[in-house]
Amino acid sequence: MAYALQQLVNGLTLGMIYGLIAVGYTMVYGIIGMINFAHGDVFMIGAFVGIFVITALTGLTSLPLALLAAFVFSAFICAVYGFAIERVAYRPLRGSFRLAPLISAIGMSILLENYVQVSQGALERAIPNLLPGGITLMDENGFVVQLSWMQMAIMAVTLGLLAAFTYLVTKTPLGRAMRAVEQDAKMAALLGIDTNRTISITFIIGSALAAFAGVMFLLYYGVIDFYIGFNAGIKAFTAAVLGGIGSLPGAVLGGLLIGLIEAFWSGYATVAYKDAAVYSILAIVLMFMPSGLLGRHEVEKV
Amino acid sequence: MSAQLEDLKDSAAAAFVALLIFGPFIGLRLTDNDAGNLGLSTRPVALILAVIGVFAARLLILTWARHRPAKLAPGLGARVQKTGKFIAPALLVFAIVMPLLPGLPNAYIDLGVLIMTYVMLGWGLNIVVGLAGLLDLGYVAFYAVGAYSFALISINFGLGFWECLPLAGILAAFWGMCLGFPVLRLRGDYLAIVTLAFGEIIRLVITNWVSLTGGPNGMLGMPEPTLFGLRFSMAGGPGTFAGFFGLTPAPWQRDAFLYYVILGLALLTNWVTLRLRRQPLGRAWEALREDEIACRSLGINVRNTKLTAFAIGAFFGGFAGCFFSARQGFISPDSFTFIESATVLAIVVLGGAGSQLGVVLAACVMIGVPQMLQGLQIYRMLIFGIALVLIMIVRPRGFISTRRPTVLLGKEAVAIGGELRAEGRG
Repeated sequence: MAYALQQLVNGLTLGMIYGLIAVGYTMVYGIIGMINFAHGDVFMIGAFVGIFVITALTGLTSLPLALLAAFVFSAFICAVYGFAIERVAYRPLRGSFRLAPLISAIGMSILLENYVQVSQGALERAIPNLLPGGITLMDENGFVVQLSWMQMAIMAVTLGLLAAFTYLVTKTPLGRAMRAVEQDAKMAALLGIDTNRTISITFIIGSALAAFAGVMFLLYYGVIDFYIGFNAGIKAFTAAVLGGIGSLPGAVLGGLLIGLIEAFWSGYATVAYKDAAVYSILAIVLMFMPSGLLGRHEVEKV
Repeated sequence: MSAQLEDLKDSAAAAFVALLIFGPFIGLRLTDNDAGNLGLSTRPVALILAVIGVFAARLLILTWARHRPAKLAPGLGARVQKTGKFIAPALLVFAIVMPLLPGLPNAYIDLGVLIMTYVMLGWGLNIVVGLAGLLDLGYVAFYAVGAYSFALISINFGLGFWECLPLAGILAAFWGMCLGFPVLRLRGDYLAIVTLAFGEIIRLVITNWVSLTGGPNGMLGMPEPTLFGLRFSMAGGPGTFAGFFGLTPAPWQRDAFLYYVILGLALLTNWVTLRLRRQPLGRAWEALREDEIACRSLGINVRNTKLTAFAIGAFFGGFAGCFFSARQGFISPDSFTFIESATVLAIVVLGGAGSQLGVVLAACVMIGVPQMLQGLQIYRMLIFGIALVLIMIVRPRGFISTRRPTVLLGKEAVAIGGELRAEGRG
């Protein structure tokens, strides 16, 4: 029981990080219908900017200020990355052959990974745990279930971001514009919505969310390298598809599910096959629900 | 004058964005200091150069955009199409005589083998992506199945390359069907992620099933292909190629032989594809790509059509894997990562999905050029990524985007632009 509770806590924390990245995938997919393969690498960029800021500020300011600076600066730089990636690699291909943006995105992903590898080296980079300690949830015959401050902080930040983001999409004019472009870009443009600007903003917001996820990943695991974006990106993409790509609650749900599957599979079966378990469950779910858990069923018109 | 001012402003904005983008990564460098803690050093000169580079590049692009002639010369695709009748046979003749050219360094034959392997993979994937319009991001799975089938069968049962080749193909095709079943109802990006996941599952199983596959250490000791039982050995003597024909053993004999094997396999793939395109099955694939609902309405069995596309594509992937395994004599999971799937898919798309000749051109560019850059080892993949993005932007429909219809009602075949052709939703 205690063991299961610990896995639940770990799985939820991991799932929150996946969910945040998945939101970026699903937003971009919803609005321009392409898989932004480079999104996982933006997450990696975010983690690296976080490590730069934390390294630079260690000893100079108090810890909360340094963390705040890491989050804000990382989100800002990643937003610029998201904007530039869309402008350079995707906008010229909009409305073109469907596979063209996909290949361009894969190229962008390879480019970003190797850019970081070349400029920062292939070594793993580690930082110490900045928020040690936590609270004990349960003590069962000496097995202590811990909820660390770090895990609580990650959950709180994620929930806060998701709440803010949901408000943005459902209540603000910008969110209305985003949903309108998602439904029908041409009609939205006719009604005076600047679609290019809306799409740019979508990339900027998605990338900023990925940056938050990246910094949290850095703080939680303490170790990053140039390759973390690939795995996290694929997992988040899986999460987005599992929840039903294009659906925001679906992305979060998918992320949490994948985090839980990973944690419980590692806890009760073998760690080696945890990724295989995630992918198999994805395939099984899609066999019975081809649009994912919360996805809209596509209506085809002839 | 104001136009130039605008360009300058635009370039300055680009340079500013570049400053923000390159600032942390080129301007800063993580270092380990003596205490084992992380530190930061700065590289201001590199950063300034990068920003100036972006400014200059943007200014050049904008200036060129203003001054380029209004009417562009006919595209590469149209020209290639026009001379296509001669290009394909010329390339074929070159491919056949290439290893026999006197004085050719062995490295070129080796490169030829590598390129032909990717041409074969590209042609195999072209059946799935180009003809049937099903997006497959996990093609490397079948390559891996073929390679490991050969290794396992030859090591455990002592069979040779030629006996294992069809077995590897059949096993890969079987896995193609296994993948095909769950994804029959999936569309577009759902299909993409499941095929990607399938490729990762195969790789994870290979990595973790240490008792069977040797795990990350890989497998060794597969037999090399033989020419009707003649081995290629540097020792010479009876039973070897050199001994039988009374030649001095030389490494180029083995390399040239391997080259002809993969050339033959690739041409077989091409021949089968071209034949199938003229038959009901191939036409059903292309019809499926154009409009699945129309296919259904006209009584085409969509399930079988999709499954055969996956199976036949996988079959040739298995062949290529079997050959790869025999040629290397060593395989490990590292050879079957997602980047391989992405490379093969990029070859197909860059070639102009569906074009057989395009695949050859794209494979030469994508595989040949990085090999030339061996000296720039760490920059190689960086350049590869940049090239993928740039080529897609310049030619989003691939090198050869015009199409001749496969089926004709009238007499004359009219080549159509790629934009008139559907790409499938699967």
